[in-house]
Amino acid sequence: MLKHRLIPCVLLKDWQLVKSIQFDSYRTIGHPTTTVRVYNARNVDELIVLDIDASIKGEEINTEIISDMADECFMPLTIGGGINSIEAIYTVLNAGADKISINSKAIENQNFIRESANIFGSQCVVCSIDVKKINNEYTVYNKEKGGIDIHPLTLAKEYESMGAGEILLTSVDHEGTQQGYDLELLNQFKDQLRIPIIINGGMGRPEHGVQAIQNGADALAAAYIFHFSQYTPAQIKEELCKCNIPVRSSI
Amino acid sequence: MLSDNTIAIIDYGMGNLRSVEKGFQKIGANVVITNDHQSLKNADKIVLPGVGAFKEGMENLKKLKLIELLEEEVIEKKKFFLGICLGMQLLGRKSYEIEETPGLNWVDGDVVKFNDKELKVPHVGWNNIALTGKNCLFQNVPDQADFYFVHSYYFKPGTKYAASLTNYGVEFVSSVNKENIFGCQFHPEKSQKFGLEILKNFANLKNGN
Repeated sequence: MLKHRLIPCVLLKDWQLVKSIQFDSYRTIGHPTTTVRVYNARNVDELIVLDIDASIKGEEINTEIISDMADECFMPLTIGGGINSIEAIYTVLNAGADKISINSKAIENQNFIRESANIFGSQCVVCSIDVKKINNEYTVYNKEKGGIDIHPLTLAKEYESMGAGEILLTSVDHEGTQQGYDLELLNQFKDQLRIPIIINGGMGRPEHGVQAIQNGADALAAAYIFHFSQYTPAQIKEELCKCNIPVRSSI
Repeated sequence: MLSDNTIAIIDYGMGNLRSVEKGFQKIGANVVITNDHQSLKNADKIVLPGVGAFKEGMENLKKLKLIELLEEEVIEKKKFFLGICLGMQLLGRKSYEIEETPGLNWVDGDVVKFNDKELKVPHVGWNNIALTGKNCLFQNVPDQADFYFVHSYYFKPGTKYAASLTNYGVEFVSSVNKENIFGCQFHPEKSQKFGLEILKNFANLKNGN
């Protein structure tokens, strides 16, 4: 049986891994390779790293750090941030990533998803959608452009039809709050897509993970809980397991 | 202790070679990435990884004139061979990905798409494998251990060479073994402890066991 995945999702900023709080402030997690080594030892299922220097400051993608991390990462590694051309995807995959995450470029030009999926396969293409509630409506959010007038589910369905392999769905409002995932948002996505949804933003306790899976998430992304709480990945999985949610045991 | 033999990873433009190389290096194996005919002839073992489309995979092997060479090295000289993901699928008779395409036809079996409407495709994530029997590739790996999969097409069951089966809505062949030829649909190089164990077992294979 396919297991639900537990995935640290962290940001790369100024050669450090950091965690953001509602996309605004940052807390340092640690040195990239050391951190990846710890994740690997703790048997998390996958790892997502978003290079925000590349995405926000428009700097070159930091391939040096990516390849250092990949060397320590004997689990799937997804890299995002600054993925705006086919060349950028080649660069990141050659540095050792297994998948890439596309955000801004997909909003700008959905054909980029199709083009990427045709060359690298859908399994390689994660599309990231950031969501913020504006005037009580779920809205796609972009750090530069602000709110974009489209419902996240509509966008996700379009991405799926263009060949996206997975959707990384981040709630900006819940991000860094430790108050739990946005279940209302998840419910709108439940059973609507044929590709996996990785929910991100808000996990503070293991039961938040249980709720998210029960409300339709396929995989759980988080950062805070792994670094600033007393819970280990094994304890989170234990809790999921108790609720009959299939997970990979950390032997 | 690993034997000092050389493992060649075939570079045929189908991605993801570096992580396979890193996996072998982690367990202390001597490994090279190459598509040079002489290097492949000199190697003791050959690994065919690969992510991407079946047809393109076969075409790239043809372009590099590797098919005849591989048949000589693997079928005639019986070099140990490991196909990973697409590399395992290429071992089959044919694939129905996009259009019907013949494979290497070293192991009987066809490659078809997951087409259950209820299933999310690609099949991506950790899934358990049920071993069909004792196999040297799975030494020190418990039955039902989880491995990392990512694929939209699968190797249909029915072949007597299935080394393990996995269920994702349908049952499919998650690894094969026919004499010196091994294949796994999952990615051992991305499957942490037990994945590295498989790479170690492959690196340690010796003729006669």
